[in-house]
Amino acid sequence: MATRGRSGFCRSLPELELLLLAILVLLNGTVLSLESASSSEIHTGEGNNTSKKPFPVIGIVYDEVSIPFEISLWVLLASLMKLGFHLIPRLSNVVPESCLLISVGLLVGGILKLARDEVPPVLSDRIFFLCLLPPIILDAGYFLPIRPFVENIGTILMFAVVGTLWNAFFVGGLIYGVCQLAQDTYSEINLGNIGILPCLLFGSIISAVDPVAVLAVFEEIHINELLHILVFGESLLNDAVTVVLYHLFEEFMESGSVSAVDAILGLVSFLIVALGGVLVGAFYGILAAFTSRFTSHTRVIEPLFVFLYSYMAYLSAEVFHLSGIMSLIACGAVMRPYVEANISHKSHTTIKYFLKMWSSVSETLIFIFLGVATVDGEHHWDWIFITATLILCLVARVIGVVGLTFVINNFRIVKLTTKDQFIIAYGGLRGAIAFSLGFLLHTDHKKIFLTAIITVIFFTVFVQGMTIKPLVELLAVKKKHEAKRSINEEIHTRFLDHLLTGIEDICGHYGHHHWKNKLNRFNKKYVKKILIAGDRCKEPQLIAFYHKLEMKHAIRMVESGGGSKLNSSFPSTVSMQNIQPKIQSPPSARPAERALPQLTKGREEEIRQILRTNLQRTRQRLQSYNRHTLVVDPDEEGLDDLILKKRRMMELDWKIKEMTNYLTVPHAQGSPTMSRTRMASGRNTDFIPPQQKKGNKQSADSQAYVKPGAKGVPSIQIDLASPQSPDSVRLLDEVGQDQGLTMSLPSSSSRAYKTGGKDDDRDQQKLLRCLSDPGPSADEDEDEPIPT
Amino acid sequence: MLMINVFVSSVSTEQIKNLHMRFQQLCGNEKTLRKEHLENIPTLADNPIKTEIIKAFFDKRNQHNNELGSYEEIGFEEFLMVMSHFRPPSIKTSAEEKAAMRKRKVRFLFNMHDTDGDGKITLEEYRKVGIVEGLLSESESIGQEVARAIADAAMLEVASTNVPNMVREVTKITLALFLHFACPQILKDLEMESRMYVRFLDMNTANLHCGK
Repeated sequence: MATRGRSGFCRSLPELELLLLAILVLLNGTVLSLESASSSEIHTGEGNNTSKKPFPVIGIVYDEVSIPFEISLWVLLASLMKLGFHLIPRLSNVVPESCLLISVGLLVGGILKLARDEVPPVLSDRIFFLCLLPPIILDAGYFLPIRPFVENIGTILMFAVVGTLWNAFFVGGLIYGVCQLAQDTYSEINLGNIGILPCLLFGSIISAVDPVAVLAVFEEIHINELLHILVFGESLLNDAVTVVLYHLFEEFMESGSVSAVDAILGLVSFLIVALGGVLVGAFYGILAAFTSRFTSHTRVIEPLFVFLYSYMAYLSAEVFHLSGIMSLIACGAVMRPYVEANISHKSHTTIKYFLKMWSSVSETLIFIFLGVATVDGEHHWDWIFITATLILCLVARVIGVVGLTFVINNFRIVKLTTKDQFIIAYGGLRGAIAFSLGFLLHTDHKKIFLTAIITVIFFTVFVQGMTIKPLVELLAVKKKHEAKRSINEEIHTRFLDHLLTGIEDICGHYGHHHWKNKLNRFNKKYVKKILIAGDRCKEPQLIAFYHKLEMKHAIRMVESGGGSKLNSSFPSTVSMQNIQPKIQSPPSARPAERALPQLTKGREEEIRQILRTNLQRTRQRLQSYNRHTLVVDPDEEGLDDLILKKRRMMELDWKIKEMTNYLTVPHAQGSPTMSRTRMASGRNTDFIPPQQKKGNKQSADSQAYVKPGAKGVPSIQIDLASPQSPDSVRLLDEVGQDQGLTMSLPSSSSRAYKTGGKDDDRDQQKLLRCLSDPGPSADEDEDEPIPT
Repeated sequence: MLMINVFVSSVSTEQIKNLHMRFQQLCGNEKTLRKEHLENIPTLADNPIKTEIIKAFFDKRNQHNNELGSYEEIGFEEFLMVMSHFRPPSIKTSAEEKAAMRKRKVRFLFNMHDTDGDGKITLEEYRKVGIVEGLLSESESIGQEVARAIADAAMLEVASTNVPNMVREVTKITLALFLHFACPQILKDLEMESRMYVRFLDMNTANLHCGK
C-alpha cells in the first residue's frame, strides 16, 4: 500500500526514491558502527570523572538498549531493502530477490568491516535456528497444500531420504578421495590431513536442499504445482536426514571409531527423529485445535495460540534432538483445518498476515546476514577443494535425481519427464541451513569447509537462481494455472473420489482411495466433533466454497442498485464477462423499465453490513503460500470500490435478463443471502421468465415454499438453509419431480419475514455459524441477528 | 469373449485371473452377477453414489455396443468391460490412445450422470447425481435450494466457457459438451485418463476381501 502511494507521488522521481533509501541504508550502517564506538567512549569517560558532575541534562546511555536497538536496525534495513527492490521492476524480474539481498549483505558487511574492522557475529547459529528459521517453516507448513503433498508423498520421501543420503555419501566419499589425491604437504593446509569422517560430515552438511532458498527462488518462477511440491517437499523433509547424519558423524568423530552397531543405531535414530518430530508436531497441533474451540469469547488472542503452540512444537522437538522442521510442518498442517473452522475471520486474516510478514522478514534477514557473515569469518580458499566440491555437488544431484526418477516412475501414474527431472535437479539449492550447520563445526578444518559451503551456496543461489527462470521459459515447462478453482472441478473431484472408492470396494482391493475415505469418515465422525466448536463441524466444504463466491456476487448485486435479480448466481466474474461479448444481436425487446426498488439509506446500510459480515466469514480458502504476492481480495479492500462498477453491472444486468429468456435454467434462487437481500429491498423483485408463468414444472420459485394453492402471495417467504436430514432431501426430490417445489418442509415452514422471530434468528445464526465466523467480541453487532 | 480380446493387450492375464476370482467371489454360487450381489458388499454401503455405481455395471451403454437400457444380470465379460474403464495409461500409450482413453472414461462418467438414458444430462440429473449424492456423505446435508443453486452455477460455468452458440441452449449437457468441458477448460488439472484408475494391477488373492 505504501509503495503504491509513494510510487504514485514520485512517479517522476524514482531515482530520488532510491537515493533516499540508499541514504537510509548508509545511515543504518554508520549508526551500527558508531554504536560500539560510542559505547566504548562512554565507558572511558565515566572512568575518568570521579569529581562531582553537574546534573546531566542530556546524555547518551546506549548500552541498555543496544541489543534491541541493533536488532531493530537490522530488521529496518531488511525491510527497506525489500521496498527498494520492488521499486526497480526490471531488476526484480531478472535477478531473484535472494541474490540481491545477499549482495546487500555483502555491501553492509563490507561497510561495517571498514568502519569498525570487525563485523558483528550476526548469523550465529542460535539466532538462526531459534529465531529466523521457525517463521519461514511455519508459514510453509501452515499453508502447505495438503492434497498434492500427500498424493506425491512417496516420491517426496524417496527424494528426501534416499536422495540426501546418496548426495552425502557421494560428495563426502569422493571429496575425501580428491583430498587424498591432491595431497600437498608443503601447503598451508594439507588436504591430505582431512580424514574420512570430517569429509563425510562435510558431505552431509552440504547435501541437503534448503527450504529457504527453494522457496525464495521457486516462488518467483510460478512453476507447476507438481514440481513445486516435489522440490519443496523434499527440502522440508530432508531436515530429518540432515539432523541425523550430522549428529551421527559428529559422534563418530569424537569417539574416533565406527562400528556396525553404530550404523544400525543411526538408522533407528533416523526413524525416531523423523517420526518423533512429526508426532510432537501433531500433538501440539491437536492441542492448538482443541484450544481454539474455546476461544469464542476472547477472539483477540486467537492468533497467539497458533503461533505459540507451533513455536513450542519446534522447541520441544529441538530439545530431544528431533527434527524441528518436521515437527513444525506437522503442527501447522494438523491444526489448520480445525483452527480455521473455529476462529474468527479477523483472526484468520491476522494469522495469515503475521505469518507472511515474519517469514518475509526472516528470509530477508537470513540472506543479508549470509552476505555479512561472508565478509566476516576467516576463509581459506583452496582451489582444488572448492571446485571439486562444487562439481561433485552438481554431479551427485543430477545422478541422484535421474536414478531415483527411474525407479520411482515404475510406481507413479503421472510419470516424471526428463524436463521435470532437470528442473528438480536444477532446483536443488543450498542455503543458510548448510551455512549455519557449518558454523557449528568443531573440526580443525572449519575454515576450509566454511569457504566451500559459502561458495556452493553462492553458486546455487546466484547462478542457478538467476538462470532457472529463463530455463523454465526455454524448456516450456508447464506453469501454474492461475485460474480460480471452478465449481465443476470441485464437484468432479469429489465425485471421482467416491466413484473410485466404490470401484475399489467392488474389486475387493483396499487401495489408497479406500483408506483415504476411511480417514475422512473417521475425521468427520470423531475428530471434528471434538475439535470444532458448535455446529460448524457439519458444514460440507463445497458449501463454504460456494457461499463465498456467492457472497461476492451478492455484494455486487447490492452495490449495483439493490435488488436487481440476477439469475446467474455464481460465476459473476466468469459468466458476465464471457457471456456479454457473445451476445451478438441486441436484445430484441428491451423489457419495460422495471422499477428498481429504491432502498432507503438505512436498509442499504443494513444489507451492506450483513453482506460484509457474511462475506468475511466465508473467506476461508487460502490457495497460495506465495509470500511475494499475497493475494488481496478485492472485497477485503473495500466495498466502496464496487460502487464504481455500478453502472456496468446494471447494464450487464439487463443483458443477463435477456439471457434468461432463453436459458431455461430454473430460478437460481440460491442462497439465503439472495433471499435476505430481496426481502430487505422490500418488494418481490423476482424476474419471472414467461415459461415460469405457464407453470413449468421445473421452475417454480424455489424460494417460496408456498403451500399448494397459495400462489401469488405477495408476502415473501424465506427459508434459510437450515440443515435438513438427507432423507428429507431425497423425499423432497421425489415428490418435487411433479409439482415443483411446492412441498412444505417440516421444520422451517413458510413464514413471512416480519414475523420471523426466534426461529429466524436461530436458523440464521446456524447459517452464519456454518459460515464460521462470529467475529470478535468488540464488534458486538456482528453477532446480533438482523434487527427487524 | 470377443470383447475381452479388445482389452487383453492392456490388461494382463494376471489381472484377468484376479478379476475372475473376484467375480466368482461376488457371485457366490451363481454364474452371473446381479444387483443384489453388489449391494451386499458391506464397505460399499456407505458410499453416497452407490446406486449409480451399481447401475453402471448393469448399464448397457457401458458395454459399447450401442444398446440402451440395462441388464438384469451380467456375466464376466460385461464385468470386465466395466472394469476396463479404470485402467491407467502406461508410459507407452501414445497421445491418441490417451485421448481415446479419456473419451471412454468421460463417457463412463457421463453415463453415470445421465440416469434416464436420453443422451443428455439435465439440470435435475446433474443436481441429483453430481451434487446431492456425489458430494455429500450421510452425515452431511444440503439445503434444496443450495443444491439447486450450485447446479445452476455449474451449468452456467459450462455454458460460459463454451462455444458461443451453445450459450443460449444450455439446459442439458450433451455428451459432446461433457467431453468438451472434461478436457481442457474446466477440469483442466484433472487429467481424466490418469486420475480415473484403480490399482487392480497389484491385486493378489491375499488382498481380496470377501464381499459377502
